[in-house]
Formats: sequence, C-alpha cells, structure tokens
Amino acid sequence: HLVKLGVHEVPPPSSGLLTPTMGGFVQIKLAVYFLTIGLVLLNLPCGSYTEIPPKPPGTVTVLPPVTPAEGPQAFPDAENSNLPVFTMNYARIQVPFEVTLWVLLASFAKIGFHVYHKITFWVPESCLLISIGLMVGAIMHSVHEEPPAVLSYNVFFLFMLPPIVLESGYFIPTRPFFENVGTVLWFAVVGTLWNSIGIGMSLYAVCQIEAFEVQDINLQENMLFAAIISAVDPVAVLSVFEDVSVNEQLYIVVFGECLFNDAVTVVLYNMFNFVAEMPEVEPVDVFLGVARFFVVGLGGMGFGVIFGFVASFTTRFTSNVREIEPLFIFMYSYLAYLVAELFSISSIMAIVTCALTMKYYVEENVSQRSCTTIRHVVKMLGTISETLIFFFLGVVTITTEHEWNWGYIMFTLLLALVWRGLGVLVLTQIINPFRTIPFNFKDQFILGYGGLRGAISFALVFTLPDSIGRKKLFVTTTICMIMFTVFIQGISIRPLIEFINVRRTNRNLETINVEIHSRLIEHTIAGVEDLCGQWSHYYWKDKFLKFNNRILRKILIRDNRAESSIVALYKKLELQNAMEILDTVSGDINAGSSIVSLQYVYPLSHSSACFLSLSLSLSRSLSLACSLSLACSLSLSFSLSLLLAFSLSLSLSLSLSLSVSFCGLVTLSVSLSLCPPGCLSYTSFHIVHPSSLTHYPFNLNRSDGYLRNPEGFGLGSIYQG
Amino acid sequence: MGSTNSTLSKIPNVEELVQETGFTPAHIVRLYDRFEALDKEKTGHLRPQDFGAINRLAINPIGDRIIGAFFSPGQETVDFHSFVRILAHFRPADKKRPKDPSMPEPVNSRTSKLKFAFQLYDQDKDGKISRAELLQVLRSMLEMQVTEEQLESIADRTIQEADLDTDDAISFEEFRKVPPGGALRLTYQHGALTQIRFIIVKNYVRFDNGKQAMKGNRYLKFTLPC
Repeated sequence: HLVKLGVHEVPPPSSGLLTPTMGGFVQIKLAVYFLTIGLVLLNLPCGSYTEIPPKPPGTVTVLPPVTPAEGPQAFPDAENSNLPVFTMNYARIQVPFEVTLWVLLASFAKIGFHVYHKITFWVPESCLLISIGLMVGAIMHSVHEEPPAVLSYNVFFLFMLPPIVLESGYFIPTRPFFENVGTVLWFAVVGTLWNSIGIGMSLYAVCQIEAFEVQDINLQENMLFAAIISAVDPVAVLSVFEDVSVNEQLYIVVFGECLFNDAVTVVLYNMFNFVAEMPEVEPVDVFLGVARFFVVGLGGMGFGVIFGFVASFTTRFTSNVREIEPLFIFMYSYLAYLVAELFSISSIMAIVTCALTMKYYVEENVSQRSCTTIRHVVKMLGTISETLIFFFLGVVTITTEHEWNWGYIMFTLLLALVWRGLGVLVLTQIINPFRTIPFNFKDQFILGYGGLRGAISFALVFTLPDSIGRKKLFVTTTICMIMFTVFIQGISIRPLIEFINVRRTNRNLETINVEIHSRLIEHTIAGVEDLCGQWSHYYWKDKFLKFNNRILRKILIRDNRAESSIVALYKKLELQNAMEILDTVSGDINAGSSIVSLQYVYPLSHSSACFLSLSLSLSRSLSLACSLSLACSLSLSFSLSLLLAFSLSLSLSLSLSLSVSFCGLVTLSVSLSLCPPGCLSYTSFHIVHPSSLTHYPFNLNRSDGYLRNPEGFGLGSIYQG
Repeated sequence: MGSTNSTLSKIPNVEELVQETGFTPAHIVRLYDRFEALDKEKTGHLRPQDFGAINRLAINPIGDRIIGAFFSPGQETVDFHSFVRILAHFRPADKKRPKDPSMPEPVNSRTSKLKFAFQLYDQDKDGKISRAELLQVLRSMLEMQVTEEQLESIADRTIQEADLDTDDAISFEEFRKVPPGGALRLTYQHGALTQIRFIIVKNYVRFDNGKQAMKGNRYLKFTLPC
C-alpha cells in the first residue's frame, strides 16, 4: 500500500508532532527517523543493486519509457503525446543520489548524538553509529530490502578504507612514532603472528570436541579465520582512543600497531586462503610465506616512501597553481594505495608511509591555505568513511544470513582475549629492557584490552570463497567479535583507564620551554654517546637529520632554509596566541559593562604628569569617560585612552568633552561620547594643555599598519578611531 | 672475562665506584677502555683538547658545554673517577630505590639529571638561567636560522612561560616545573581581558630604550590577521 502511493506521495513529517514543548534532542531524533523511513521508501521502487549497470556508449537517455508496473508516473495518461512539462527520471541519478542520502543520514545521526553531551562522553561514537545502523537494518529487513553493498570487498577496500588510513597516517605524531618504531613493529608483526597462530591452533583443538558439531572445519580454515580475526583494527581503535588521553607512549604503540599489522594480516590471509584451497601444504610454502611477508611489508613501505618523495617534489613547483595544490596530496596517496593493491602488497602501510613522508616536506612548500585545506579535507573524508563503515556494520548485521553456534562463538571470544593478553605480557617482557620508558602492568593491561576488532575483519570474512563450507558461521562469529569488542571493551575502557589510573598525558603541552629543553637534551645525549663511543638511535636520528638538511631539503623544498623545530614551534605558538586573542575579543558581543581604560601620558617635556581615567559605559551606545590629570607645568601632554570593549565597531562617534583645570595643576575632563548602537570601541587622543584649559578630543582614524579599519577584528577595533 | 678481570685490577677503587655510581663492573671496564683511548698521552687525566679530538662532538652545537660539564670549576683535568661520575648521570633511574632522606641523592635520580641539564644552561653557576645565558644556548642551537631579533623574541617568550617569580630568569625550581602554556595562554573568561591588557602593556610600556618600544609594536602588529 505504501509502495503504491509512490515516492512523491509520502507525507512529509507532520509538524503537529513536533510541538514546541519537546526538546531539540527529540526533534532531531524524530527528524532522523522520518528521514530514514523516507530513505527506505525511496529505495523500494528501484530495488536493490550491487553493481552499476554500464551504460552502452553512444546512447542518449532522453525520457525513459515509464511502464505502469515500475516506478512513479508523472502522467497517468500514457497515450497523450503532448510535450510533457514535468518528468522524472530516477534511474539515471539513482546511484549518486542514494550514496548522498546514506552519507547524509549517517551524518545526521552524528549530529543527533551530540545534542546530548553525556552520551558521547561515555559511549564512543562507533557504538552509537552501530546501534543506529542496527535500527535502520531492522527497518530495511522488515520490508525485505537489501542495503547497498558498502562492505563488499571492492567498495570497502578501494573507497571506504583509504580515507581513514590516510587520516591516521597524516596525523601521526611523528617524533614519538619514530622514537618507538621498534616497539611498534615488534607488536605489529610478532604480536599479530602470535595471536593468529595461537587462536588458530586453539580453535582447531576446540573444533575436535564433538559437542559443538563443528568438526568439519579443518586446520587450514581455522587458521584462515584466526588470521582474519586477530588483527587489531585501526578504525575501531582510533575512534575509541582519540577521546581518551592515555600517555603518549601507550597511545603511539596502540596506534602504530593497528596500522602496521596490515602487512602480516595480508600475508597470512593470502597464504591461508591459498592453502585452504590446496589439498596439502609443503614446507617450501612456509618458507615462501616468510619471504612474501618481507616483500609485502618492505614493498608497502617502499612504495609509500617513493610516492611521498614524488609528491613533495611536485609541490615544489606548484606555487602558481595554488588552487589545486591539495589535489596532489590526495592523488598521490591514493595512487600509492592503488599501486600497492595492484601488486597485492600491504596498501595500508603504503599509504601510511606516504603520508608520513609527504607531510613534512609538503607543509613547507604549500601555501598556508592549502595546508589548512589539506588537513581539513583529510579529516573530513576520514570521518565520513568511519561513520559510514560503522553505520553499515550495523545495517549489514541484520540483513546477512547467520549461522549461530554457541560453542564456537564463545570460545572464539574467550580465546581472542586470552591470547591477546598473553601475547602482550610476553612481548612486553621481552622488549621492555630495550625501551627507555618501560611499560608497567597498567600500560600492558590497556594495551591488551585496547585490541578492538572492526570492519576490516568483517570485509575480509565477507569475501571468503564460498568453497569454505562454514562461511556463514565465520561471518556470524566475526560480527559477534566486533560487537563484543566495540561495545563492551569500547565503552568500558574509559572508566577502566580512570579506575586503574594509567599514566595520562596532558596533550596540550606544547610550549617553547619543553621544545627547547627537548632539543638540548637530544643534543646532549648525542654528544655523550659520541663521547662513550656507543651509538643508539640518537646517533641515527642525528645522522638522518643532517642528511635531511643537506640533501633532501634542497631537492624537495622550494624555499630551502633549514628551520629548527624550536623556531617552527615558536612561530606556531605566536600565531595561535594571536588567533586566540582575536577570537576572544570579537566573540562576545553582549558584554558592554565593565570597561577599563588605560591612559598613558607621554610627556613631551621634562614635566611629569600622570593621568588616570576611568570610563563606564552606561549602555551600549553611551559611554562616559572621566579623566583626571596632574600636570606640573605648562606642557603638552598626550593621553591615549584605550577603551576595551566588546562589540561591533563602526567608525562614527560623537563626543563632547569638558575639562576644568584647578590651579593649573589638576585638570579634570569629562567626555561624553555617543555612538550609534553597535559601536563602542574607539580610541581618543586627548591633547591637554593645562594652561589653556582646552581639551581637544582627537579621534584617530588613520590607516596605519595596526590601525586599519577592521570589520570585527577584535584587537584592531580597539585602536580604531 | 680474563681481560676484564685484568683491566679491573688496573683501576683503583673499583668497588667504591660501583657502589657510588651503580655501574656494573663490565660497564666500568668499557668506560675505562674508552678513557684510555681518549687519553692518548697516557697521563691518566683528560684535558679539554682530548675531548675536542672527538670529531662528532666538536660539531655538536652544545659540544663545548658538554665538555665543560666534565670539568669542575677550577680544575683543568679530569681523572677517571670524575669521568665515570659524570657519566653516571645518564644511567636509567632506579625505580625501586627507597626514599631515604638521610642518604645523599644518587647520581642518576631525576633531580640530579635535571640539575645536570640545568648546569648546561647555567654556565656561570649562579643558580639561575639569565636571559643572556638562554640567548647563548639558543644561538648555538639555532645557529644561522634566525635573526638576532627573533632570537630575543624566542628567549623572551621562553622566560615568560617559565618564570613564575618574575625576576626575568629561570631558577632551578622553575626549571623543574616548566608549566604548560603559562602566562600567554588566554582562556576565555571574564578576567581574560585583563590578561590581554597586561601583555600589551608589558610589551608597550617600555620607555627605556627605543628598541624595546619597537618590540612592543611588533607584538601588536603580529596580533592582527595578515
């Protein structure tokens, strides 16, 4: 019945429901629901799709013949051959239209969450998005509708994943990363291997138990499944760890691990996939697997570095095409990703290393605006992708076919936790002696607990070949795993961190002092290492910096002046402060009350004079200034009064002043100034000549360097006449 | 092991060194070998020139300060004991050390490390890092990259951030704290406006010499959008 109504007859959300007494939160929720329903209904006439049917070249779509059976009809009268005034062609725009609507829907959900602050504090956004996705999935399932195939292999790995990984790679804090690169790689590679093999073997053992009825899963399939499920997922981890501020070392290790374990996952997945289809394994294959790992890992990094350098080199010449500068960054990173996919090497590592390499040089070459644009667009794309992925995780959970098996699923969850915990313990014990700041047990706990699984596992399991008999069981188990880790571990990690009191970090600790001391200590340690004749990573760091300064910068950066991090930080901080001042002053329009003005007397002669003035604003348009001055002799004295006030500024003001002098010593001047509403900030120069008892208010309105007429620029308006 | 033992026997007062600095005998042997390698004339003492012979140390921006840290004031040579004692500052701190107030602070505790770093700045050893000393350190680290004016601005900002008792120098206590943000961090509160005023005032009201007043202008100019 609803279908027959057709799209254009869906009643708009009746405003009667949204009574003014309801809170904004409820309003937005209702709007989201109506939008959802509208979206679902939009999908109905057109059916589901998994591929875009290619258009035969050369055809021009004029008006599609509208048969009565499909779609809405603009004109019910098909025999009328007059010129149609109003037509509708949905099939043509279907794909972009639906993509846009889905993105909008997910974004509305995100807006909706922030209406009520407490929710997003305790529940990470990923959980909320999955929940909304579940609801939408339920709706779609009840009307027997297929969701768009967002989490299919190609769409996911080619379109959804690169933006997120680019965002993570671009915003990695580079210095802590390089200081901990050994630990990161250790956990990523060895940790993931440990997890996969451990979980795989134990699951195989579990499968042998007859009670669970899963004896038909052989070892290769178990290992394949374990390889898929043991990888910590960057999307889930980052969305949780971003809001929680743990100490820097911990953060960078978790962050780095989830990005760099892709190499191992890819190799294991391909290896076991290959093996699962073959009847038997030879020892040569294991050896080849190890060799393949090196190809995948190092190849990924190599491609990333190459593309990073090419991108930096390109931006050297873009000074005349500033508008498309950001384009190069995106194109090169995406190209790195795709080329890596071409060779089936680790594309995530390629794009991460590309972003890492590129960032330093590119940000020196491009203009300030391009830099801001790049950062902003990278963040935006990453957020959209992440939102969509979690959303569709929820949707797809409902709409896929499941096979439930209590034993297998419970044991998988348990084993994953156990093996991860063990792995972290053992690996930290081995690597702690090599670390400057060793991990204590609390850090290790969070490291183990923060191993969330996410959408990558799901996409991989979805594309398992159908020759594997128990594919549905694997899908169900993976979904359970993801839900468990994201919901339970994701929600509880914040209270746990506070409860066990992990070392936190104050991330706003960017001060010149810290930077100077860090650099000094680095130089010191490098020096002492030379003294003792022992070289550790400070030596290599120093060597690389010199190489960088001498060779790389000359090639890759247009305007090559070596800049120490101290100078760079100083510039950045000064700029930040300036922007803060501007934001603070021009932000508040309402405060018209307490204004303190300061007046200085700059004596032109040897006489001393002091000046004090206080001005009150009686209302927004009226201000009264009283000034008292003491002049000891006949001299001209300048007074500069600053009226610090908040409001918009206009350049017109009328002022009247009267000054009375007592005994030639004290001059009291009262000035009343009237400004049109909205203008309150002005500067007045008072030239006081005590002997002549005249008082000339002198408005300053020159366009000096810092006395330009600003449109609402805070500090400037203070000085504007 | 045999060579270690024989080398150990050559070093006088090994046990005392081990006790005091916490190095293992193997470490001390290695340091002794290094000491002997540096001490080309086999006098048993090192002079500044011997340190200068290490090439990479010579091009380190603060190399001369590091070398200077080894020599206590008035001394011209360093013997092996002092060598090891200074290097003991760089050992990792012992977490499990009981906090015994009667015992002297061990050489590799956090406080001692901080003191060592402080002394790298404070060459005249008056307990404060004055503006001039800070300028010297910055100059040596930043070399040709910045103009003198910019150096002074950076030094100003550094002192502003760290200096709590406003004596225009950084004492050891302030050095320890290194507060984040400091005086220049403006939070949007009602009282925030007074902060702006003071900063502007501070930079503007310097009548003593023209250069200072100009600096105030430059600060103000800097605050406008460019």
